[in-house]
Amino acid sequence: MPQDFLGRIWYILDNNWMSFLTGAVNTMIIAIVSTLIGCVIGFAVGLVQTIPLNKKDNPLKKGVLYLVRLILNIYVEVFRGTPMMAQAMFIYFGSSAVFGINMSMWFAAFFIVSINTGAYMAETVRGGILSIDPGQTEGAKAIGMNHVQTMTYVILPQALRNIMPQIGNNLVINIKDTCVLSTIGIVELTYTTRSVSGALYTYFEAFSIAMVIYFILTFACSRLLRMWEKRMDGSDNYDLATTDTLAHTSGLYKYTGREEERD
Amino acid sequence: MSREEVIRIHHLSKTFGKNVVLRDIDFSVCAGDVTCIIGASGSGKSTLLRCLNLLETPTTGEVYFHGQDITKNGIDEAAYRSKVGMVFQSFNLFNNMTVLDNCMIGQIKVLKKKKAQARESALSFLEKVGMAPYINAKPRQLSGGQKQRVAIARALAMEPELLLFDEPTSALDPQMVGEVLDVMKKLAQEGLTMIIVTHEMAFARDVSSHVVFMSDGVIAEEGKPDQIFNHPRNPKTTEFLSRFMRG
Ligand SMILES: Nc1ncnc2c1ncn2[C@@H]1O[C@H](COP(=O)(O)OP(=O)(O)O)[C@@H](O)[C@H]1O
Ligand SMILES: [Mg+2]
Repeated sequence: MPQDFLGRIWYILDNNWMSFLTGAVNTMIIAIVSTLIGCVIGFAVGLVQTIPLNKKDNPLKKGVLYLVRLILNIYVEVFRGTPMMAQAMFIYFGSSAVFGINMSMWFAAFFIVSINTGAYMAETVRGGILSIDPGQTEGAKAIGMNHVQTMTYVILPQALRNIMPQIGNNLVINIKDTCVLSTIGIVELTYTTRSVSGALYTYFEAFSIAMVIYFILTFACSRLLRMWEKRMDGSDNYDLATTDTLAHTSGLYKYTGREEERD
Repeated sequence: MSREEVIRIHHLSKTFGKNVVLRDIDFSVCAGDVTCIIGASGSGKSTLLRCLNLLETPTTGEVYFHGQDITKNGIDEAAYRSKVGMVFQSFNLFNNMTVLDNCMIGQIKVLKKKKAQARESALSFLEKVGMAPYINAKPRQLSGGQKQRVAIARALAMEPELLLFDEPTSALDPQMVGEVLDVMKKLAQEGLTMIIVTHEMAFARDVSSHVVFMSDGVIAEEGKPDQIFNHPRNPKTTEFLSRFMRG
């Protein structure tokens, strides 16, 4: 084993690059898939929380909605309010000890990260929907759209655009926080780093490598998402659909009646 | 009168909490009528329009659309609204869509028209309001007057039987008011049935077939434009008009 820092780093990489790669790939798979599932959960919960109720609705609908919202609120508060590592232990070990369910490690991993992301995204989505000008909903209603159509075509596309930075944020957090899954035995980046360093007693070097890999992953993801946001915004200008641009220049003609009233 | 009655408002009242905003409103509109509603801010004009297309639920009273009470339980509100268009003071164009899509989405999703057909009719209405060249623009790229003309085209594209306007020019710079009023005047001449809340008195006088003056949540006076503007009977009308016609 070389004596200098860079030499040792090179040595570790040379001998363990496969482990680091596997760890990084597993980390990314869990982070990306769980963020996506979490977004779906978040949108579902956020949508239920923003269903409008009015006096004319029947009491059964109101009652059911009230109950469902209560359960969803509890879900959001519990998962936001407890550490993911504790949840991982609780769910993975608890499910077999108490309910006799033997979850696969991977299922547990996706489940825990998704359900966590979902809890955070639920509030983000709810806020995103509420932040859209009520005029948008009224415009949609005024042309006869129902609630589902209004949400699908008008509100959600705008809300999604507005919460894109938050989705990116969640992805970055998930890339980092999957490290807690090493406690239930998932071979992600932190797990592989620990086994590499443990074998050779080179914690500093191995974790330096891990830090760099984590940073590259998170940085690349946030840049990619930023680019995607830009694309969602579309172009800053538009083409006039005619060659005769003078045909309709706004503000040039006046309703003549207005002059009289000032006389 | 032989023309068909489109909408009839019958003893309509609206309260928000303890605040009585509309009291015992009664009037009707026949096909081809252009009814202008005038009155001071806070007199309940917007609330009345919003009750008419059920954006607000009337507290008491009924609204009959072709004789059918649409304030009853079990009425398909969306289906009703697709026949009664509304143009808002703040435009409310869909910010995530181009001008063309704004005018197509309702036709496709609500009226279930084919895309090509919807496009054709959207284009013809955009042409009518002078916005055909801007089909690819997003609302944020347009001036206020242009946005309002697109909003009118979007409402027209649903081919409504009745079109409601809530102060369509109040949010516009003065030089853009004319272009919107011109479009509305054209629609009036073509016989579209409209109810227009406006502060443009000269426009109301020239275009409307009927004028309703509202004050403190009640109809203080109504009649032909000539009568309201030139021979008002209610002192409140006189007072209100003097503030607008002055200078
Ligand atoms: N959603 C609401 N809740 C409570 N009060 C309201 C609401 N909407 C309107 N109002 C009140 O109703 C009155 C009439 O408002 P509005 O119909 O907007 O008048 P106008 O359009 O003639 O200016 C005002 O006093 C206003 O404060
Ligand atoms: Mg108003």
